[in-house]
Amino acid sequence: MPEVTRRTVTDGLFTEDPPRLLGGRCRECAHHHFPRLDDCPYCGAAAIDAVELSDHGTLWGWTTVTALPPGALGSVPYGFGVVELPEGLRVITRLALPDDSWSFGQPMRLGITELGPDADGVVVTTWEFAP
Amino acid sequence: MTAVEITGVGMHPFGRFPDRTVTDMGVAAVRAALADAGIDHTDRPGFQAAFCGTAYSGVAAGHKVLGALARTRTPIVDVEAGCASGGAALGLAAGAIRAGQYDTVLVFGMEKMPKGIIRSSFFEPWREEAGLAATPAYFALRAQRLMRERGITKDDLARVVVKNRAHGAHNPDAMYQSPTTAETVLGSRLVCEPLHLHMLCAPNEGAAAVVLRRAAADATGFVRLDAAVLRSHLPGSVLGEATPLAGIDDTDITPPSTLAADAAYAEAGIGPDDVDVAEVQDTDAARELLGWEELGLCAPGDQARVLTDGDATMGGRRPVNPSGGLLSKGHPIGATGLAQCAELTWQLRGEAGPRQVEGAHVALAHTVGRGANASVTILSR
Repeated sequence: MPEVTRRTVTDGLFTEDPPRLLGGRCRECAHHHFPRLDDCPYCGAAAIDAVELSDHGTLWGWTTVTALPPGALGSVPYGFGVVELPEGLRVITRLALPDDSWSFGQPMRLGITELGPDADGVVVTTWEFAP
Repeated sequence: MTAVEITGVGMHPFGRFPDRTVTDMGVAAVRAALADAGIDHTDRPGFQAAFCGTAYSGVAAGHKVLGALARTRTPIVDVEAGCASGGAALGLAAGAIRAGQYDTVLVFGMEKMPKGIIRSSFFEPWREEAGLAATPAYFALRAQRLMRERGITKDDLARVVVKNRAHGAHNPDAMYQSPTTAETVLGSRLVCEPLHLHMLCAPNEGAAAVVLRRAAADATGFVRLDAAVLRSHLPGSVLGEATPLAGIDDTDITPPSTLAADAAYAEAGIGPDDVDVAEVQDTDAARELLGWEELGLCAPGDQARVLTDGDATMGGRRPVNPSGGLLSKGHPIGATGLAQCAELTWQLRGEAGPRQVEGAHVALAHTVGRGANASVTILSR
């Protein structure tokens, strides 16, 4: 078997090329959700269409993490915030630094970032938003 | 409805105690509460059931405490509801008494938490790896939105810390017993903008215990537990304590603390204006300000005025966190709600010494956290 040198932080939440978050849309209440579930997390209906969520949105909240949280890969500082997608969904996300230009409502675009190597030296990737 | 009274309360101080186990601390708090209730070793176990609030103490933690006191045989149930574990345990105990199941119930809680950012099995390993299990960052985002939506400034957040630390300076059970200044708070290390280190409570160690009893038909003078309500969240709020990965417009979604408060006020037959003194969860300085409006203690957007007028400060119209709050005491999560109950019992008995709120007859305690769980407890005398 070829040696694994790169992996996504978890399966099924996003694609890398192109970068897209994998969500769901409820056929009953019309709300989008993320990550994708079998039952709508807002109304409970088991009537979910799989959707690729928008790869852009606006900045709704932000901060900068300055101490590495338990179990986190990579290093600090890194940006952390909420981006509101056109679907009306507010998504928790890492934000690409620097943080000196962030403002409410600023347009943001989805991308992929490398967190750093895990204990086995495998490079781990996840999603992030950047201006 | 059957009335429930508080016959005893006790605490092990909150702080860091490298030489003591979590069982040692639980034993100290239970022993103090039983002594306060007049239950001695000839009356064992002295209650018909025990509920133990804890999240980090492991399997059968409550049994170990009561085993060390030769007070087993009854049902002993550990209760985990995140930061609301103590309030949840109180609610189960009071409900069982009201249902006629028991006459006397022991409720206690204890914790020995590691330093630093709370590590919680709530978060999946991948979410930790991705850096998305950053609890203080969630607090910071909530603080930022509250500041934006309610006209609150970073100086206001510092004023909450100054208020609570001034109160905590008179509490021998608090981890920090010294007052502070806004300059010191704003000069402490920036953890996650806008929150500085001194605006965040310390996860730490400690224990608290409460003895509940079915009230006698005639007035006995004991503090009464008028309501002990636990509620969980409605889905939708991205920054709610449920910490989902996404949320929707939550303008019309009632937060769990309001759900619990509304039910508690109804059960106690009072409204927020009747509350004389309150303990409101201050995991961080902004959380207390959000709690004020969620509990109906302040109109949304009125927080800065309340701080300026000193309404929530000792000597003000309705002091909040006379114990010093979590910002002074620290936050051993299973013990927190019960320590609030002990503080308010002392307040209503007039036994709070230099931090006594004069003329307090109705008191409210609030905890909210992981789950999301929120508890609201109302006491009166």
